[in-house]
Amino acid sequence: MAVIALKEYSAVPRDLVANFNGKQLVYASWDHHLLFAAPFLFCVPPQMTFSEWVAGPLTQLIAADPDAKAVDWSSVQWLKANQPWTPNFAGSLAENGVVHKDQIRFRTPGLNSLLTVN
Amino acid sequence: MDTQVTKKKLGLKERYKLLTRDLGWETTFHSREEVFPYVHYEGIKIHDWDKWEDPFRLTMDAYWKYQAEKERKFYAIIDAHAQNNGHLNLTDAHYLTAIKIFLQAITPGEYCAHKGFARVGREFGGVGTQVACQMQSLDEVRHAQTQIHAMSNYNKFYQGFHAFSDQRDRIWYTSVARSFFDDALSSGPFEFMIAIGFSFEYVLTNLLFVPFMSGAAYNGDMATVTFGFSAQSDEARHMTLGLECIKFMLEQDPANLPIVQKWIDKWFWRGLRILALVGTMMDYMLPKRVMSWKEAFDIYGIENGGALFNDLARYGVRAPKGWGDAAAAIDHMSHQLMLGLYQWSFGTAFHGWIPSDDEMEWLSAKYPDSFDKYYRPRWEHIKKLAAAGTPFKNYGLAKLCQTCQLPCVFTEPGDPTLICHREIDYKGEKYHFCSDGCKEIFENEPEKYIQAWLPMPQLFQEPLKGDLGAWMNYVSLVDGQDNGDFDGSQDQINFDKWRGMATSNK
Ligand SMILES: [Fe+2]
Ligand SMILES: [Fe+2]
Repeated sequence: MAVIALKEYSAVPRDLVANFNGKQLVYASWDHHLLFAAPFLFCVPPQMTFSEWVAGPLTQLIAADPDAKAVDWSSVQWLKANQPWTPNFAGSLAENGVVHKDQIRFRTPGLNSLLTVN
Repeated sequence: MDTQVTKKKLGLKERYKLLTRDLGWETTFHSREEVFPYVHYEGIKIHDWDKWEDPFRLTMDAYWKYQAEKERKFYAIIDAHAQNNGHLNLTDAHYLTAIKIFLQAITPGEYCAHKGFARVGREFGGVGTQVACQMQSLDEVRHAQTQIHAMSNYNKFYQGFHAFSDQRDRIWYTSVARSFFDDALSSGPFEFMIAIGFSFEYVLTNLLFVPFMSGAAYNGDMATVTFGFSAQSDEARHMTLGLECIKFMLEQDPANLPIVQKWIDKWFWRGLRILALVGTMMDYMLPKRVMSWKEAFDIYGIENGGALFNDLARYGVRAPKGWGDAAAAIDHMSHQLMLGLYQWSFGTAFHGWIPSDDEMEWLSAKYPDSFDKYYRPRWEHIKKLAAAGTPFKNYGLAKLCQTCQLPCVFTEPGDPTLICHREIDYKGEKYHFCSDGCKEIFENEPEKYIQAWLPMPQLFQEPLKGDLGAWMNYVSLVDGQDNGDFDGSQDQINFDKWRGMATSNK
């Protein structure tokens, strides 16, 4: 719906990818692992491979969870934009279709040290 | 012989009429539409402005007299508080976290309300409305001033108070309240009245001010109690204005109902998101607790709010759409946000801490259905990490909601183990939300919210480009003083030392 206004009302989005100096935003969250209060925000180059992103920034941020060491990345279930998804670890984020502000989620059934899953 | 002339005293109604007579002139140089250009475009139909009567009919001379008297009392108490080291009567210095948040996030909202009422007082067409809005505008600037003055005394002794206005504009958690008021200020005059006059002043104010003021009283904070009383005495007028306004809109034309209902839904949900901060204060920050957030919500939200909407049902108004979601989440919202405030405390101009064993006992008693099952295990783990010398800091910045600007900390309705993920594509861009309520607000006016200045994505753009140190300068946060854990902070060390000097011979 349009904004109700006296004149035509249009605007420029504040967080366009062009504002990030060649990088993009990616969000990630580990389902049922709420020691981390909210999904993480990453600002990374789209050329980064998926495996670099997992082994680097993602692994580093989830380390505080007692389940972190037990994560087997080859059997993790992935979602992108809330849909089941299979990433290509060797491909870049761009090649994987991970666009600016995409939300990636992952699930590790059976790992639930801090949270009983109903 | 002189005849005794009895001077006729004017009644209240006549005095008010004289006060306002020059405001209600018929325009001749310009059409009424040109003089009041903003009263039509929102779609609200008004047939008779005189039906909006100002029930208080306060004249300016009476207004000055009342307010001046209040100010005299207020400053007398504030001076006494400062001279007698009133800050040492606090139950504990970690109480100050609550009022740092108040000063950084809520006090600037008073100033925004001042600006907003000054504007709508000019934009509305009726005399009663104009005067009532003008007086509320003056009240609100007084509230902002008295709050800043009351808390300036704490600024002499404690960290985190010194840059509240920079932080209002720039730090992340304050953008929740700031965007709320920016949204209201950039709305038309009628929506502004529903947003601030009705939803905030009438429906939600008791959930904001009563907890803060009773929290202050329980914890020996005379400064806050004093400004609370001084502001609260204006509330009767504000609440009446908000209620009069909504009834006026609904009585003027049946076509106004769907517009008003949509605003009620929107502003209830936006207000609830601000109240998440109040929930953390009540459940976690007060050394001496008043009542839990859940108990406050039951009394001031469910009971009083329920009665209000029963009363408004005769106009066809129903309770806000998000009411059910709000009530269902009440066992969880304060816990979910507090875990965030703790783990991101490197980036807050207030201190965080791990709840003590006592506090966790209190939390499990107050939240028997949720605390032990969902939240205690996380705090116990955090405690373990701290004891091992590796305190938990979450340096992963958070995904923020495009509408309310809170980090997306809230869970799916019905599943407290899973973050609520909501996103949409609009004109080729992705947008994320904390809840269905926030997503719907965006969908109603996407062009408004795509402009949202979200603090986390901003940090990675010009001029900071992701530099956390530069960000701290930018938000006037002194690392190691204003932020981090309360345990070992200067606030803690100094308070204990000064109180020791005041109460013993050491
Ligand atoms: Fe106020
Ligand atoms: Fe939200």
